[in-house]
Amino acid sequence: MSGNSGDQVAREEARLAAALRSREPPPPCPATGPKIAVENFSASFDGAAVLRGITLEVCPRERLAIIGPASSGKTTFLRSLNRLNDLSPAFSMSGRILIDGQDIYDPGVDVAALRRRVGMVYAVPVPLPWTVYENLAYGPRLAGVRDRARLDALVESSLRSAFLWDEVKDRLREPATNLSGGQQQRLCLARVLALEPEVLLLDEPCSGLDPISTAKIEDALADLRSRYAIVLVTNNTKQAARASERTAFFLMGELIEVGPTVQVFTNPAHRRTSDYITGHFG
Amino acid sequence: MRKEKVIAGVLAALALTAISALAVIASFIFKEGLPIIAKVGLAEFIFSGNWHPLDGEFGILPMIVGSLAVTAGAMVIGVVFGLGCAVLLTQFCPPRIVSVIKPSIELLAGIPSVVYGFMGVAILVPLIREHLGGPGLSVLASSVVLGVMVLPTVTSISVDALQAVPRAYFEGSVALGATVWQTTHMVTLRAARSGIVAAVILGMGRAVGETMAVIMVAGNTLDLPHSILDPVRTLTSNIALEMGYAAGDHRKALFATAVVLLAIIMVLNSIALAVSRRLPAGRQAGRAAKAAAR
Repeated sequence: MSGNSGDQVAREEARLAAALRSREPPPPCPATGPKIAVENFSASFDGAAVLRGITLEVCPRERLAIIGPASSGKTTFLRSLNRLNDLSPAFSMSGRILIDGQDIYDPGVDVAALRRRVGMVYAVPVPLPWTVYENLAYGPRLAGVRDRARLDALVESSLRSAFLWDEVKDRLREPATNLSGGQQQRLCLARVLALEPEVLLLDEPCSGLDPISTAKIEDALADLRSRYAIVLVTNNTKQAARASERTAFFLMGELIEVGPTVQVFTNPAHRRTSDYITGHFG
Repeated sequence: MRKEKVIAGVLAALALTAISALAVIASFIFKEGLPIIAKVGLAEFIFSGNWHPLDGEFGILPMIVGSLAVTAGAMVIGVVFGLGCAVLLTQFCPPRIVSVIKPSIELLAGIPSVVYGFMGVAILVPLIREHLGGPGLSVLASSVVLGVMVLPTVTSISVDALQAVPRAYFEGSVALGATVWQTTHMVTLRAARSGIVAAVILGMGRAVGETMAVIMVAGNTLDLPHSILDPVRTLTSNIALEMGYAAGDHRKALFATAVVLLAIIMVLNSIALAVSRRLPAGRQAGRAAKAAAR
């Protein structure tokens, strides 16, 4: 028995290594510039620093994975990108975050519109307490889409992009809470896609899911990469290796290193990165 | 083990006492009240406007209308202000301020009703008389006083219901580009609906049943009110005002009034419950469809 599972682990490792080897290095950002540019960004809650001087770029069509141990600021960083931290009165920040060259913390920015451009998927899937269809149509309706046919089309295309359409096309009028956990997470992904965003933020989207549901989410992300800039926070280093072009390693609120995923996993620049990846701490 | 059984038995007896008190009250009221309703005739009793108990005329229509009008007015005021306050406290206020304001609002419930009535007579009634006309003692005055009295009930229970809505609903909605206000009325209030209906039911129960404050500001005339500035007598006031000297059929008619009051409260509760059940129709239809598919 144990030999058998040992074989499985070895096979998994080999598969991952092969995947990393065959991965092309990410193309440099196009001349139009990065989709997101974070410049010396720091954040704190009630004066306690959570992020310190982060400088980082995300290209228009890449998946950036963010890894790091608990309380290293990954989630705070992600929530800074669509200003969800603003909901907490204790939050304060300095530095700049530019999306398409525009500072999103500029006082004139329409925050609701920003959040439609920069969609967010949470660790725990929480569909709103309505039907599947209403969950998906909610965002577009907020954005002013009233036309029934257009809503129907958005619902279908976003469900297809999240690899969920075939499973729920006959269940659109059912409460979303009837879906399984993995389906609910893909529903939460789909409802973000229905906003037709430009950037996707995912905060440990597979932390509560079984391997098959995880694989479906990762397949969807691989597919979506051609259309969106994706930032994926994950506690699962293997997922980062499988599902990203570049990887950033956060530790204690600081960015230790960022580079092509192949490089970060096979030849990291910092000792602490390799320690984390090989499981020596964290 | 023996001790356990004794304790369980004692607790069961205590619980039964509370239930039997309800049963005794209900059966007593019905026993005393039903014969006179049968004697006068149900239609006559409910739909006649003549209340001359000494001449054997027992029609309580003006009181029924009075109770309903005063309650409706009180609920408009209580729900608008109470729910508004609850939404403000839960969605737009920092928690520290909520922890000061909510207990102060709940303190309102501890003020004796006679004090509310006194404030109504001393301040509200003259204001209405001078600025709006009529005697001042009126449906409007009673509605305002009762509305303030149900505020703590409506606010406190609505706050609890709104706070029970998962934070994830709020965050999910905001992340989809909704403003705080859009999230409040499209997500949070909808999710808290059953709790808010419970708040309204309890507030309504208090408004229908309140006696002392209403007696002081309602005017207590026996005529059908034609505007909110006319004085009225409610069912509860009728019982309280006349029980002291009533005898014979008159006394029985007051018990019959209580029977009608009980029926009205039950009908109002059923309506409120039915409304709260009917609203999330989509959810139930979905569940039924799923059950049928299995």
